Amino acid sequence: MDAPLYGLVLAGGRSTRMGRDKAALRYAGRTQLERAMALLAPHVARAYVSVRRDQHADAVRARFPQIQDRLEGLGPIAGILAAQEEHPEAAWLVLACDLPLLDAATLAHLLASRDRAALASAYRSSHDGLPEPLCAIYEPRSRAALADYVARGRDCPRKFLINAGAHLLEEPNPRALDNINTPTEYGSATDTLTGTPMTQPKHLHVQYYALLREQAGRREESLHSGAADPRALYAELAARYPFTLDPQVLRVAVNAEFADWSTPLNDGDTVVFIPPVAGG
Amino acid sequence: MTAFRFTRAPIDVARLRSGLAEPSCGGFAAFEGWVRDHNEGERVQRLEYEAFEALAVREGERILAEAMARFGVTRAACEHRLGDLAIGEVAVWVGASAPHRHEAFLAARYIIDEVKHRVPIWKKEYYLNGDSGWVNCERCASNAGADAAAHAHHR
Repeated sequence: MDAPLYGLVLAGGRSTRMGRDKAALRYAGRTQLERAMALLAPHVARAYVSVRRDQHADAVRARFPQIQDRLEGLGPIAGILAAQEEHPEAAWLVLACDLPLLDAATLAHLLASRDRAALASAYRSSHDGLPEPLCAIYEPRSRAALADYVARGRDCPRKFLINAGAHLLEEPNPRALDNINTPTEYGSATDTLTGTPMTQPKHLHVQYYALLREQAGRREESLHSGAADPRALYAELAARYPFTLDPQVLRVAVNAEFADWSTPLNDGDTVVFIPPVAGG
Repeated sequence: MTAFRFTRAPIDVARLRSGLAEPSCGGFAAFEGWVRDHNEGERVQRLEYEAFEALAVREGERILAEAMARFGVTRAACEHRLGDLAIGEVAVWVGASAPHRHEAFLAARYIIDEVKHRVPIWKKEYYLNGDSGWVNCERCASNAGADAAAHAHHR
C-alpha cells in the first residue's frame, strides 16, 4: 500500500527582513498561510502548519492543525524533521509560506511528476538551477537520511536535496516559486496577483479618512510601493486591509487635489482615497 | 481669511451673517443644516463630522466662486462644523448677499447642494440602538460583507 501524502506549510520563520509576519500577509483578502493551506488541500490526506513552540497560540496559525518544531534555531529543516517524526509513515508535501505566486498548476505538476523511488521530488530553481526544497515532496524513506544529516550539524535543506539525489523537475511557471522577504517584494507580488501595473518602487504617503481610516486602523502611513497609479495602489492596500468600498464609489486625490485613477504616481506623493461624501 | 471654513466650536451665525452685510445689497439668504434626531428609520443620538480639510477648503472656495460668478451675488460664505455634534446643533451654515433676493436665494441653494456632493466631508451617525455608521458608505459596505459571506463556502 502506498504511503499517505500529508501536507506541511512552513510558517515558523521570523520574517526579519519583512518586519512583520509573512504568514499573516494578505493577498486578495486571504493570509498567505490560508492560501498555502488551500493550495495543499486537494492533494493531501491531512495538512499541517509547521510552527515554532512559541507560535502555537498565534491567531493566524491556531486555526490549523500544527506540528511544533522539536529542535530550535535550525530553520525550516526542523519543521520537516518534526513532521517526519510525528508521522513517519507518510510522505510529506512541504511548502514554504512565502510563495505568494505559487499556483495550482505548479503544484499539480509536482505531484504528477513525483518519483516515489527517489528520496524526494523538487523543482529546479529557475534562478540558479539548484533544488527548491520548500516546494517539494519528501518520501518516507528520506526520514533516516534527513535525521542523520541534521545529527551531523547540517541544516541546509537545499544541500540535503542535492546530496540525496532528489528527482528534479523544470518549473512550468518560472515565477511560481519566487519567495518574498521584503516589503518591496510583497508589493511586487501583490501587483502581479492583482494584474495591476508595476513600476520602480517609490515612497508614497497615504492618508485615510472616515470608513477607510477605521478599516485601515490608521490615519496615515508611508510605504514603498511599485504601484504605477492610484488604481494599483488601492488594489495593493485592499489586499492588506479589510476595505469594503469598491473603487467605483471612491474618488482619488493626489497631493490634496482631485486626480484620475490613472494619474502616474511619483516619489513623495500623498494619496487620499475619498469615500462617498456626506457633508451638510 | 477664506470664505469657506471649518470650525470645531459651535457655528456663530450672527457673526457670519454680519460678515455678508454690504451697503449695495438689498437681499440676503441663508441656509442652516441642523442635526436631526432620525435618518432612514433610525433614531439618531449624535453625529460626528470629519473632513479632508486641505482639499475640502479648496473645493469649497471653488463652489463659492462659482456661485458668485453664476448668480452675480456680492458675497457668499460657508462654514461647516467638525467633530461631535448633538441633536439640534448647526452643522453647516451657508449665506449669500446680493442687490436683490432672487440671486441670493439661488446662490445659497447652489452652494449647499454642491457642498453636499463635492466637498470631502464625512458624517458618522450614532444611533440610539448602539449602532453607528458612515452615511453613504455603510450601505455598500454591508452589501460587500454579505457577498463575502456568500462566497466563503467556496473555500
